[in-house]
Amino acid sequence: MSGYLLAAGGDPATPDAGLSMTPSLALVLAIGVLFTTGVYLLLERSLTRVLIGFILIGNGANLLLLVAGGRAGGAPIVGITPVEQMSDPLVQAMVLTAIVITLGLTAFVLSMAYRSWQLHGHDEVQDDLEDRRIARIAAANQPSYEDTDTEESGSLDTEAPTVRDETSTLGRDDRRRRHPDGGRDE
Amino acid sequence: MSYSLHTLVPLPVMLPLFAAGLTLALWRFPRAQRVITVVTLSLMVAAAVGLLVGADGDPLVVNVGDWSAPVGIDLVADRLSALMLVVSSVMLLLVLLYSLGQGVSDDAADDEATPVSIYHPTYLVLAAGVSNAFLSGDLFNLYVGFEVLLAASYVLLTLGGTGERIRAGAIYVVVALLSSVVFLVAIALTYGATGTVNLAQLAERMPDVDPNVRLIIELLLLLAFGIKAAIFPLSAWLPDSYPTAPAPVTAVFAGLLTKVGVYAIIRTETLLFPDGRVDDVLMVLALLTMVVGILGAVAQDDIKRLLSFTLVSHIGYMVFGISLASEAGMAAAIFYVVHHITVQTTLFLVVGLVERRGGSTSLDRLGGLARVAPGLAVLFFVPAMNLAGIPPLSGFLGKVGLIEEGARQGTPLVWVLVVGSVVTSLLTLYALVKTWNKAFWQTAPAHLPEARLPAAMVGPAAALVALGLGITVFAGPLYAYAERAAATLMDGHTYVEAVFPDGAARGQGESDKGVKRDARIDPDDVVRSPTPEALPTGAPPTGAPPTGGAS
Repeated sequence: MSGYLLAAGGDPATPDAGLSMTPSLALVLAIGVLFTTGVYLLLERSLTRVLIGFILIGNGANLLLLVAGGRAGGAPIVGITPVEQMSDPLVQAMVLTAIVITLGLTAFVLSMAYRSWQLHGHDEVQDDLEDRRIARIAAANQPSYEDTDTEESGSLDTEAPTVRDETSTLGRDDRRRRHPDGGRDE
Repeated sequence: MSYSLHTLVPLPVMLPLFAAGLTLALWRFPRAQRVITVVTLSLMVAAAVGLLVGADGDPLVVNVGDWSAPVGIDLVADRLSALMLVVSSVMLLLVLLYSLGQGVSDDAADDEATPVSIYHPTYLVLAAGVSNAFLSGDLFNLYVGFEVLLAASYVLLTLGGTGERIRAGAIYVVVALLSSVVFLVAIALTYGATGTVNLAQLAERMPDVDPNVRLIIELLLLLAFGIKAAIFPLSAWLPDSYPTAPAPVTAVFAGLLTKVGVYAIIRTETLLFPDGRVDDVLMVLALLTMVVGILGAVAQDDIKRLLSFTLVSHIGYMVFGISLASEAGMAAAIFYVVHHITVQTTLFLVVGLVERRGGSTSLDRLGGLARVAPGLAVLFFVPAMNLAGIPPLSGFLGKVGLIEEGARQGTPLVWVLVVGSVVTSLLTLYALVKTWNKAFWQTAPAHLPEARLPAAMVGPAAALVALGLGITVFAGPLYAYAERAAATLMDGHTYVEAVFPDGAARGQGESDKGVKRDARIDPDDVVRSPTPEALPTGAPPTGAPPTGGAS
């Protein structure tokens, strides 16, 4: 195992032998860009964009893990690389695990986006039910409320009365009938 | 403590994983799937009970693959882990039996929505993930455990892919993904700052990390776990996503998933950050979680949503206990976790029965159930009163423990919390009494459908109600166990010494500061005194406090 991992922010007096803990600026910048673009996309309504945002942030986190392992060195195999020049293999193992997990979850979210498209013709993350109820109440009181959050030009007060609301007094049977499997909602 | 007890430690993770593969291979044979799942979960309960007994003393440690701890991954079963494992495996078993009863008798409607062939494997993977999270002695392995259980929960929440489940699932999945990334970032920072992800080794090294960096890591971990545990500003996803899943899935999620987050907070706060710098923040969050959650519950007119809000609200009690940062507070929090897992799971299962009997969970459509189904009324009433904290039930005991310790500490903020928790308790009672009145006492607005409750569903629900009463009856021994668990957690060295029985192995090959590390291994070391911040953190190695054990 390579050592010298204790420096960043830790003990100022840590002897900094061997590989430097000072991270490469390019990697730090890349992490920053990945996180900012990822967060931007994560705030979108479309599930596909959210997914891309998640992938970007995930990659940023993976890079961060790599940086946490210190500067890159030689292959961490005893007998090939001197111990002082080895890369830290542990972070690479962790990053690999994280990549595999991200892959699986990406597949799942993609299938969910596809299912949403099958059902509704779009893959937008729909409103929280409580939001809808409040929007309906607001619609009853204050018809001029403008919604600027969604891409559609319509406002919540026109949509809220028509939107499907699970908390309404409609029974399960009613809802079932309005949702034939695979059929489009609107 | 014999060798055979150690072999029990990995079983709660391995058994369900093996069985998951097996049930997936046997997807054509639903009967075989059921048998395998029930047998596996029963074995899990047995293994967990064995661990509960075995870990009542020194924690049991298993180095996976026989690589010793700092290099390999270790599984650690201390009292808290064992207790959580027992409760969660019992819940998993009973909820599964309930869902079998539901699936068998309910042919068209729910079977279509819950395809059995993937239900069992996913459920088992969830069980494995929960166990792994409870047993993990390694921060990254904890992350993997979280991911395993979350991935399974995504599938279970969106079973059948109906419109409303996809809608709710989208929010749930995105929020959970985000919390996972935050966790991963926290791990990266931890590794960068300390060079390890092993929890015991982290406990050794965290005091040396720069206090500001340590605070960042602590807050990031709290953020990640707080989303999972649904602590107030991060709780909005929960009441919206849980109620759409099938009743058994909601029940098991409500019982276990948030509590895994609470467990992770307890573990990291006690082991890695015993200096308690965020305790005041946690107290404020606990108060907000309790009050905002229960106000949400009061406003609901659907039982499932109402219960989801009480779930959020009562997480606040556990955070309250954690934030007290004393043995008594921690013991009360642990007892409360056990109580709350049982009661919340029970209530969701019983609401599943209500839905079956009354055809709805909306309070506006239900009524007169007490006359039509008196047995069901009893099954609802007992856990509901338990949740509200009516004496002498276990919810009352947990709250008394919290309030007693709060009153003993007696700072103004704690008093506010004590008042808040009493108010929350009363509002819980109000919400549940409202439910009781509307669903069970008032005359039904519409004619209730004729439906019979299958015994296979009522049985597990009744067993859970009985278990809740059992927690009340045997509260003495259970509370004593929770107190011992809290003592182990708070002393800070039992866990580390169990993982590194041979102290000298600790800093080996890991750091240039080996000499200093070895000094810290000494059990008498000042580092493990209750006030680690008294140490000059970040002092040069030469300035380290002189210890007799320096090797």
